[in-house]
Amino acid sequence: MTDLSFTLRSDVRSLLLAVVLVLAGASPVHAQAADTTLAVGSKKFTENVVLGWAATHLLQQTGHAATHRAQLGGSRFLWEALVRGDIDVYPEYTGTLLQEILSASSVRRDALADTLARYGVAMTAPLGFNNTYALGMRTNLADSLGVQTIADLRAHPNLELGFSNEFMDRADGWPSLRQAYNLPQSARGVDHDLAYRGLMNGAIDVIDLYSTDAEVEKYDIRVLADTRDHFPAYKAVFLYRMDLPADAVAAIKRLEGQLPADTMQRLNARSKIDQVDERVVAANYLNAAFGLSVAAETQSRTHRVILRSREHLVLVGISLGLAILLGIPLGIVAAKVRGLGGGVLLAVGLIYTIPSLALLAVMVPPLGVGRVPAITALFLYSLLPIVWNTYTGLNDIAGPLRESAEALGLSSLAKLWRVEVPLAARSILAGLKIAAVINVGTATLGALIGAGGYGQPILTGIRRANMGLILEGTIPAAVLTVLVLALFEALERGLLPRSMRG
Amino acid sequence: MITLESVAKHYGEAVAVDGISLTADAQQTTVLIGPSGSGKSTLLRLMIGLIRPDAGTVRIGGETLTAATIQSLRHRMGYVIQEGGLFPHLTGRRNAALLAHHLGWSDARIDDRIAELTDLVQLHPDRLSQYPDELSGGQRQRVSLMRALMLDPDVLLLDEPLGALDPMIRADLQDDLRAIFRRLGKTVVLVTHDIGEAGYFGDHVVLLRAGTVEQRGTMQTLVHDPASEFVASFIQAQRAPLEHLGD
Repeated sequence: MTDLSFTLRSDVRSLLLAVVLVLAGASPVHAQAADTTLAVGSKKFTENVVLGWAATHLLQQTGHAATHRAQLGGSRFLWEALVRGDIDVYPEYTGTLLQEILSASSVRRDALADTLARYGVAMTAPLGFNNTYALGMRTNLADSLGVQTIADLRAHPNLELGFSNEFMDRADGWPSLRQAYNLPQSARGVDHDLAYRGLMNGAIDVIDLYSTDAEVEKYDIRVLADTRDHFPAYKAVFLYRMDLPADAVAAIKRLEGQLPADTMQRLNARSKIDQVDERVVAANYLNAAFGLSVAAETQSRTHRVILRSREHLVLVGISLGLAILLGIPLGIVAAKVRGLGGGVLLAVGLIYTIPSLALLAVMVPPLGVGRVPAITALFLYSLLPIVWNTYTGLNDIAGPLRESAEALGLSSLAKLWRVEVPLAARSILAGLKIAAVINVGTATLGALIGAGGYGQPILTGIRRANMGLILEGTIPAAVLTVLVLALFEALERGLLPRSMRG
Repeated sequence: MITLESVAKHYGEAVAVDGISLTADAQQTTVLIGPSGSGKSTLLRLMIGLIRPDAGTVRIGGETLTAATIQSLRHRMGYVIQEGGLFPHLTGRRNAALLAHHLGWSDARIDDRIAELTDLVQLHPDRLSQYPDELSGGQRQRVSLMRALMLDPDVLLLDEPLGALDPMIRADLQDDLRAIFRRLGKTVVLVTHDIGEAGYFGDHVVLLRAGTVEQRGTMQTLVHDPASEFVASFIQAQRAPLEHLGD
């Protein structure tokens, strides 16, 4: 599906892993064991989020405390989180499971349950729909030509086929489809977003789509039947941990077979096209289909911003605080201990060369999803400006001043504390400011691994193409950056004597 | 009293100090003079232990300067450099009191000592609440002298203390400095490249050349009885520009 997948060279990965494990071992953040709240995860596209909410509502209806960690970065994140126990349930697709998550062990379809059991994971029966690649036509055109299946296209060689570039290239995409059905047409590549528009204005007759796309319902598109089973099945199921309480399992199993493709298309359309919150879409569906009375209160914007601010402040505060506590001493050590300086600077520099998304991705296998891996990544990221500026500030102290301090007969510690660190203070504070700005911005990526914060509305906004939601994340993040800078300016005024202020 | 015995210092191939022995007596001002690179500043830095000799020993008041004795010996020495070397993040007062403060002196004791020293170096007490970059060059040197004298050391080492000052301020401070040296009666070692200054301060003058002692004695001796052509021309070079004015 549309998951992000992260690939890192394995040597870099294992090096980082070692660093992270050391840090994780040293930090007292694994105290979630006694928590009885069930956690549902979901991927970062609408359908999966709706299913996540449906499971969350059902668990809550059964009397369990349940939370929803919506729109996590990718299938692998969710799988790792499930196996580790950070989450208990998430919606997955059989095709993703076979081809992506368990691809290394080349599992046969019928042995899937046994393989999952080895990880302490079980799966429900399919929920109904199969979200796979499909071909679609306007219903009226299909009717007038009498087209119901992909094979029927053979009788109409003049149809214009326009496929997304990904579909043109995929192993199960156009080239093999053409062969499987012996189709006479040739196809051209089009941008996926433009494909629906092209279909509607008649420039294109046949496009590729996902079988549960919201647009299928909206534009009245016929999904052509894949009678030869060319496309692999991506049947939706819930994966859950085998230690999930029996009544909780029973609760999510209520959705088995209840969601045919047209139902899912409708729910997707409610969310994606009508812009209704997935939480509400799922609740309304459950209330109508099962006669439940799930109350899905939507939070006010103010309430959401306050909640996100709190999450964001925790991410920034803890990671930046730790980076300051460790970074300044590291910078001092780098400047003072001959032969160690280069190594320390190189190490924090190396961390910084890793793209922030990749750094977050690497955190998930050892640390799971949520705040801990996000804070660890942000902490590592904030080290560089602090360590380097401390080092530079100390190294840039003029020779005569250094010697004057030496000649006074101050102990090394007193010299450092009373003379050198104060003289380097401007540079150190500048490093803290840089680290803070980077940290506030980068923390928005934490939402990808379930850490919440201002990234959450940004992710949702990008997914729903909703500028209002994107701004709901970016504006507070910008305001926070300004506030944090103001805080450091004030700190600078408080700490530096007038002679040292720029 | 400071005694150097066969002290040598090399920087790679370059010889900075080539086996010098000399004594700076108590209650006297010893002036080290010579052209750039003659080793006069290096000698001073060897005395305060900013650099370690490759060979020979340095004794301060009879005690040998070693890694073990260096901190306590430094507390018995005051060090003043060109431009003062004052810490820009501290007021004049805090600069002067830094070491005493670190050694745990009471505030009252510090206040008393600061009052004595402002009197001695002729600095207006208001100047002490200012930061170094808010002071004039002469005021900075007076504060620097206070810092050097704070613990009432036996030894005072000054490296071109007047080097960066305007001529007028320089003349003022020169008078005050000599009065202070006379009054305190400490072992004073002063580095300069200025013959006039050397004659003005020096009870004993040591003329250095390329890391060795070319001649030592009173300024009178150096002027009237130069030991070498080098001594004569070094002195003559600094007198020449003014001589035609006397004709």
